[in-house]
Amino acid sequence: MYFLKLIFKNVFRAKLRTALTLAGLVIAVFAFGFLQTVVTAFFSGANAASGARLITRNAISLVFPMPTYYRERMRSIDGVKTVSFSNWFGGIYKEPQNFFPQFAVDHNNYFDLFPEYHINPEEMLAFKRDRQGAMVGRKLADRFGWKVGDIVPIRGTIFPGNWQFTIRAIFDGKDDTVVTRVFFFHWDYINEEIKKRFPRRADQIGVFNIEITDPSRAAEVSKAIDTEFRNSLAETLTETEKSFQLGFVAQSETIVVAIRVVSFVVIFIILAVVANTMAMTARERIAEYATLKVLGFSPRYIAALVFGEALMISMIGAGIGILITVPISAAFGASSIGSAVFPSFRVSNDTVVLQVLSGFTVGFVAGLLPAWRSARIKIVDGLRHIG
Amino acid sequence: MKVPYSYIFRNLWARKLTTALTASGMALVIFVFAAVLMLDAGLKKTMVGTGRYDNVLAIRSGAETEIQSGLTRNQAALIESMPQVARGRTAEPMASKESLVLISLYKTGQDKASNIVTRGVSPMGILLRPQVRIIRGRMFREGSSEIVVGRNINQEFDGTQLGQSIRFAQRNWTIVGVFDGGKSAFDSEVWGDVDQLMQSFRRTNYSSMIIQLANSDAFDVLAKNIAADIRLTVDVKREQLFYEDQSRSLSTFISFLGLLLSIVFSIGAMIGAAITMYSSVAMRTAEIGTLRALGFRRLSILVAFLTESLLLGLVGGIVGLFFATFLQAITVSTLNFQSFSQLAFSFTLTPKIVIQTVIFSLIMGFIGGFLPALRAARMKIVDSLRAG
Repeated sequence: MYFLKLIFKNVFRAKLRTALTLAGLVIAVFAFGFLQTVVTAFFSGANAASGARLITRNAISLVFPMPTYYRERMRSIDGVKTVSFSNWFGGIYKEPQNFFPQFAVDHNNYFDLFPEYHINPEEMLAFKRDRQGAMVGRKLADRFGWKVGDIVPIRGTIFPGNWQFTIRAIFDGKDDTVVTRVFFFHWDYINEEIKKRFPRRADQIGVFNIEITDPSRAAEVSKAIDTEFRNSLAETLTETEKSFQLGFVAQSETIVVAIRVVSFVVIFIILAVVANTMAMTARERIAEYATLKVLGFSPRYIAALVFGEALMISMIGAGIGILITVPISAAFGASSIGSAVFPSFRVSNDTVVLQVLSGFTVGFVAGLLPAWRSARIKIVDGLRHIG
Repeated sequence: MKVPYSYIFRNLWARKLTTALTASGMALVIFVFAAVLMLDAGLKKTMVGTGRYDNVLAIRSGAETEIQSGLTRNQAALIESMPQVARGRTAEPMASKESLVLISLYKTGQDKASNIVTRGVSPMGILLRPQVRIIRGRMFREGSSEIVVGRNINQEFDGTQLGQSIRFAQRNWTIVGVFDGGKSAFDSEVWGDVDQLMQSFRRTNYSSMIIQLANSDAFDVLAKNIAADIRLTVDVKREQLFYEDQSRSLSTFISFLGLLLSIVFSIGAMIGAAITMYSSVAMRTAEIGTLRALGFRRLSILVAFLTESLLLGLVGGIVGLFFATFLQAITVSTLNFQSFSQLAFSFTLTPKIVIQTVIFSLIMGFIGGFLPALRAARMKIVDSLRAG
């Protein structure tokens, strides 16, 4: 206890230097946590995705549709429980910067596949009854201040024209991991219009969402579906929702890797700063350590003193850094930039653990050399040392 | 009277470990700062190099990318016949009607597919893009299932070597050539015969159309004529501008993240510099007193310490920049959110970036060293002489 107190006193002897070092540590640990959260956010879609649902898309690539009648043939495949479908809409609400995902879905059964969406049954009914109705996630509704009954105009980019939707339901996620920055509406509404204007594009769908009876048979059922449509005009590629989402991340992998690398670079920078502080501190106290030695304290005791100081500074800094990571990340996630880029932005437990570890590592490495040096000083040299 | 430079140099040299640690912290910051600027510059260079100022791209109104767009044959014919379109030797319109699709290819060592732009072009389309050269093999033959791949596709994706074939739309497409797009976005594309591609994808409409202007100023007239014609629900843009817009999101993303990082990192580095300089001042209190007693003015002391700190920043900046130059060998391929397809670009160092990073490193040195230098300058001669 006395030992800890001594270290604590030592830490705050050079107030200005300690304050500056701490400030650097706080910023670095925060930046590290923030960047790790950005990486996590890239994977958030995939992490929230279920392994019990399959997604079938056109084998050539996502931009090619499949005919809707595929659904009937999929239903007859063993292991398939429910088949629904959805189509990326990619429209613009007022300004392109307001980007959020919009899907035209089969209103009858799409939401049966997603028990993680908590939808009020009355609102659900209202949504189903109104062909122009829209189902909106809570976070998205909050972002634009939408209420049930509001009319939302969206300009189509893939489906030309101005489309109007009336919000009939606002749903919540089962928990924080569920992405609720989404906008759903009736595929029928779009299809009827398309039928009139571009008959060739009607009755085509982007992806089929499939629920299977037994998640452990996912690979087998996927294969059966793809075999069913082999050599047809639109060959399919079926995978679990999770691997479908990971496919998106993989396409931006370079960015993810870059952010990861940079997040470790920041730890190196702060390591240099803390190591510098400790080197200076130890150098200044050489005479003191020599005195301690004269009084009979062992070299190990002195090493522990220096080492403990480095660890204490870095852990205090890391602690404050971790504390500010959560609120700042939450604020960023709610801001217009954050919510446009990431569907979900929250600090994961792994990130906090990594932050603690990085703080510890910085203290450990920074304290190593000065501790070793201080322990080995010769008493005579140390006492003779000036400043 | 100025404090001699050798005194400043030697001060840094005297405490090598501290100097090295501080400068390396700054070097890392400069490295990241330069890397981000270089990445953004590379992206811009690629996109600007893709389009030509005198070419005009026509897509369906409301569409933001060529992939989303569709032009009917009638519309294409109407645009082609406008007087602002340049004419070739036999009076044929200098216009290329093209079809774009995305196909999935696998990056070497990845088990997830990436989206690749596959562009159906006509012979005129090749003519309108003089920056594209075949570097291996030959151009595809019209009317055949042959394709040529961009240099980057050839290097990064599996199964894209000369002589191999890619299967999509119920056909095998043989790769007969590799082309170099002059560091443009075309390097990340696959090209084939437009009629063959449209037929196998069962398409009747073109995606987009590219036309050369008869003269550079004719753009406004052309845009007006197209807007006035009710049969044409088409937007036209200068090709160069179009491609610049295509990368806007990615560019904003990179610059935003980069700026954020640079600010946060530089705070860390400046704190490092401040700590170093403060301790340097504290340790030399007696020395400063002596200098003052010898007749050096407060301002000279301030300048001396500030110079020391600036020098520290400069060393860090030069080291960081030195390592950043090696990045130029690296090509990055990532998803362009807007066009939803892979885009390759390399880190590009421009003179502007060199100047920016050097200035940035000096600023870091200045801010980090200012307060400590001020403290040194303010010391009273008697007190500081006694301090030793």
